[in-house]
Amino acid sequence: MNRRVVIVFGSLLALITLTGFMQSWSIALSLLTVGLISSVIALGLNIQWGYAGLFNAGVMAFSAIGAIACVLVSMPWVTDVMLAGLASLQTDADKNQQAIDLLQQDISGRLEAERHLAWAWVIGCATGLLAIIVNRILKVLVTPRSRRLLVTAVLGVGLVIFRSSFDPATAVIESTGFGDNSKYLGGLGLPIIIAWIAGGALAALTAWVIGRIALGLRSDYLAIATLGISEIVIALLKNENWLTRGTLNVTGLPSPVPTAKMLQDPPYLFSISSSLIVNSVLFISIIAVFLLFFLWLAHRALHSPWGRMMRAIRDNEETANAMGKDIVMRHRQVFILGCFLLGVGGAMLATHVLQFEPSSYHPLRYTFLVWVMVIVGGSGNNLGSIAGGILIWFAWIQAEPAAAWVFQLVGDGFFLEGSPVRDLLEIRAPQMRTLLMGVILLLVLRFAPRGILPETLQHK
Amino acid sequence: MAYLTDVANAFLWLFNFLILPATTYGSTLALGALGVTLVFGILRFANFAHGDMMAFGTMISLIGVEFLNWLGIFTYPIPAGILFLPVAIILTALLAITLDRTVYRYYRSIKSPPVVMLMASIGVMFLLNGLIRLIKGPELQIFNARRIFPANKIDTVELIERFGDRAVQTKTDFVTQEKVVQVTEPEFVFFTVHDFKQATGLSEGFGLDLIQVLTVAFAVTLFIALYWFLMRTRLGKGMRAFSDNEDLALLSGIDPRRIVTWMWLITGALAAIAGTIYGLDKGYKPFTYFQMVLPIFAATIVGGIGKPQGAIVGGYLVAFSEIMITANYKKVANYLLPENWEVEGNLQLLGTEYKFSVSFLLLVIVLLLRPSGIFRGKVI
Repeated sequence: MNRRVVIVFGSLLALITLTGFMQSWSIALSLLTVGLISSVIALGLNIQWGYAGLFNAGVMAFSAIGAIACVLVSMPWVTDVMLAGLASLQTDADKNQQAIDLLQQDISGRLEAERHLAWAWVIGCATGLLAIIVNRILKVLVTPRSRRLLVTAVLGVGLVIFRSSFDPATAVIESTGFGDNSKYLGGLGLPIIIAWIAGGALAALTAWVIGRIALGLRSDYLAIATLGISEIVIALLKNENWLTRGTLNVTGLPSPVPTAKMLQDPPYLFSISSSLIVNSVLFISIIAVFLLFFLWLAHRALHSPWGRMMRAIRDNEETANAMGKDIVMRHRQVFILGCFLLGVGGAMLATHVLQFEPSSYHPLRYTFLVWVMVIVGGSGNNLGSIAGGILIWFAWIQAEPAAAWVFQLVGDGFFLEGSPVRDLLEIRAPQMRTLLMGVILLLVLRFAPRGILPETLQHK
Repeated sequence: MAYLTDVANAFLWLFNFLILPATTYGSTLALGALGVTLVFGILRFANFAHGDMMAFGTMISLIGVEFLNWLGIFTYPIPAGILFLPVAIILTALLAITLDRTVYRYYRSIKSPPVVMLMASIGVMFLLNGLIRLIKGPELQIFNARRIFPANKIDTVELIERFGDRAVQTKTDFVTQEKVVQVTEPEFVFFTVHDFKQATGLSEGFGLDLIQVLTVAFAVTLFIALYWFLMRTRLGKGMRAFSDNEDLALLSGIDPRRIVTWMWLITGALAAIAGTIYGLDKGYKPFTYFQMVLPIFAATIVGGIGKPQGAIVGGYLVAFSEIMITANYKKVANYLLPENWEVEGNLQLLGTEYKFSVSFLLLVIVLLLRPSGIFRGKVI
C-alpha cells in the first residue's frame, strides 16, 4: 500500500460521502453499487488489456451474456408458472371455467412445442456433427470442390429440417404464457448467486468460441472484429424472443438480498427510508466480497510466474515466442479469464436493476465507458481498475446534475426568462456526460497515459 | 408473353427493393470507407471517430436548412441540405485538422504505437458524440424545410401548385386557435412507383427521386476525382508513396506534415458529404451515424486497407450483401415459378433485424479467410 493508493481511494470515499450529504444517501449507495460492479467489469478488461495487451472492444456482449444467464438460471420455467396458475384458477373453478379451458389448451400446445424445440436442436446438432464427419471422411476421397458442395448440401438440408420444427415451436412459445414475464421459455429457477457464476461461465464459453475466431488478429483488427461480434450477440439477444423475451424485456429477476419491501414487513419492520439503505448495503457487501475475492486472485496471478510471462508476451511478442511461450494459447487463456469477470459483472448489473433489457446495450455505455475506466485507472494495475471503475461511474452519473447546474447559472446570468437558448440549455444538459468522457479520456491519454494508479511492475 | 411480364415484374421488384436501396446505401458506405481507408493507410490506425465526424458535417448542413427555414426561403426542387454542403465540407475539414493538431499530432511526434491513436480516436468519438448531441439533440430530425404560415396571409392554391397537395397542410393551431398552413418542402420526385405502374401497366415498378440520383452522382464524381488526385497529382502520388513505405517516402523528400494535413482535409470533406447525402435520404440521428462506423470498417477491410478502389468495392459489397441476405424473395419466386407452385411462407435467409449483423459477419469471414481484403491491402 503506497501513499498514492490511500489518497485515491480516500478521495473516492470522500466523493461518495459528499454525495450522501449533498444529494441523498440512496443516490450515493446506488452510485457505489454500480461503481463496484463496474470495477468488476473493469478488472476483467484490465486482465485482457493490462496483462496481455488484447484490445477487446466487445465488452458489451459479455456483460449482456452474463445478464441473460441471470434470466436463464434464475427465472421460473414458464410452463411451470402456467401449471401453478392453472392450479390456482381451479380453486374457484365455477368463475374461471373459460380461463381454465384456454390455459389447459395453451399448456398442452406448449408442452408439444417444447418437445419440438428440443427435437429441432437435436437435429441441428446432429447436422453439425454430420457435416464435420462428412468433411473429415471425404477429405481423402473426393476433390475439395465437391467436398465443399456436399458439406453445404448436408448443412442446407439440415437447416430446412431444423427450421420446419423450430419455427412453429417458437411461434407457440412466443405466444403463450401465464401472467407477467411469459411468452418465452423461462429459466431454471435457481438462486441468483449461482446465476452470476453461470453468467461468468457462459461468457467464458462464448469467449472461447470468439477467441478461436478472432484472437489470431492484430490489435486494430481484433478491436473491430470483437466490436462487430458483440453487435451480432446483441442482435441475437434482441430478436430471439423464445429464449430471451427480446425487446419485451424480462423484469422481476430475483435479488440475492431481501428487497426493501420485505424489510418493511415482519420480522424486520424497518422504516421505508432505512429499508432502502439496508437493502443497498447488503447488496454492496455481497458485491464487495466477490470483488475482493477476484482482486485477490488477480493480484496473485499478476505477481506469479504466469503474470510475468503475460507481461513478457505483452511487451515483446517475438522475444516471448523465441523463449518458447505459446502466444496464441496464452492469449486465449487470458481472454477467457477476463471474459469470465465481464460475464459476472454483467450478471451483477442485471441483478442490481432486477431486469434484463437487451435494447439498452449500447457500445458507448457498455464497452467504451469500461475502456475509459481501465485507461483512467491505469492499465495493468488491478487497484487502478477498481478506482477507475468507481471514479468514472461517479463522473458519468454526476455529469448530468453538474451540467444542469452550470447551464442554469449560464442561463440565469446571460438570458432573460423565456429565452429559447435558456430552454435549450436545460434540455441538453444530459448530453454533457459523453462530452465529459471524451475530454477525460483525451486528457488522461495525453498527460497521464499510465493512469491515476500506474502499473507498478513495469520495467523500462 | 405472360411469362415475359412475370420476368419483368420480378426484375422490377428486385430493382426497387434491392438494387436501388443497396446502390444508394453502398454509395454512402463507400464514401465513408474512403475516409477511413485514407487514415488507415497513412496514419495506420482505425479511426473510430469517423462516424461522428460524418454526423458533425450532417449537423452543419441541417443547421443550414434551419437557417433557410428561419428566413422563410424554399429552394424546391433543390434539396436545401445540398446548398449548405460547401459550408459543411469546410467546417468538417477544419474540425479534422483541429483534431489532428490538438490530439493526433502529439502521438505521431512521440512515435506511439497505432493502438494508442485508436484509443485517442475513441476519446474523440466520445467528444464529438457529446458535442453534436449538445448542439442538435439526439432525436431524429429530417432535412425537409418546414414552415408555418397564418392561413389568411398566404395563397394556399399557389403553394399546392408548387409543392403538391401532400406538402401543404391546413390545420388549427393548438394554442392560439387560429387557422395555419404548414408547408413541408417535398423531395423532388422524377416519378413514383404509382406513375411507373400506370405508364407501363405492370404490377411492379420503381420510383426515382432527386436524392437517389444525387447520391450516386456525388459518389461517382468523388470516386473519379479522388482517383485522379491519387494517380495524377504530385500530392496524391506522395500520399500513396507515404502509405506504401513511410521511410522510403521520407527519404525521397516527401513532407509528412503536408501529406497528413491534406489527408485530414480530404477525410473531413468526404465525411461531410457522405453524412449529408445519407441524412438527406434517411434523416439525421446521431446514433445512426455512430452505428454506421462498423459497416464502414467492414467495407474498408473487405476491400483491403489503404486501397481506395477497395473501399469503393467494399462499400457496395457490404451494402448489397446486407440487403440481399435479409430480403424476402417470396414475390420474386412467385413471379418466376409456375402458377401452381405458389410460395406461401417467407423466402428469407435472415430477418431484416439482422441487417447490420450481416456486415459484421462478412467482416469476420474476410478477416479470417483473407485479412488483406479483396485488393490485397496492407495488414497492420
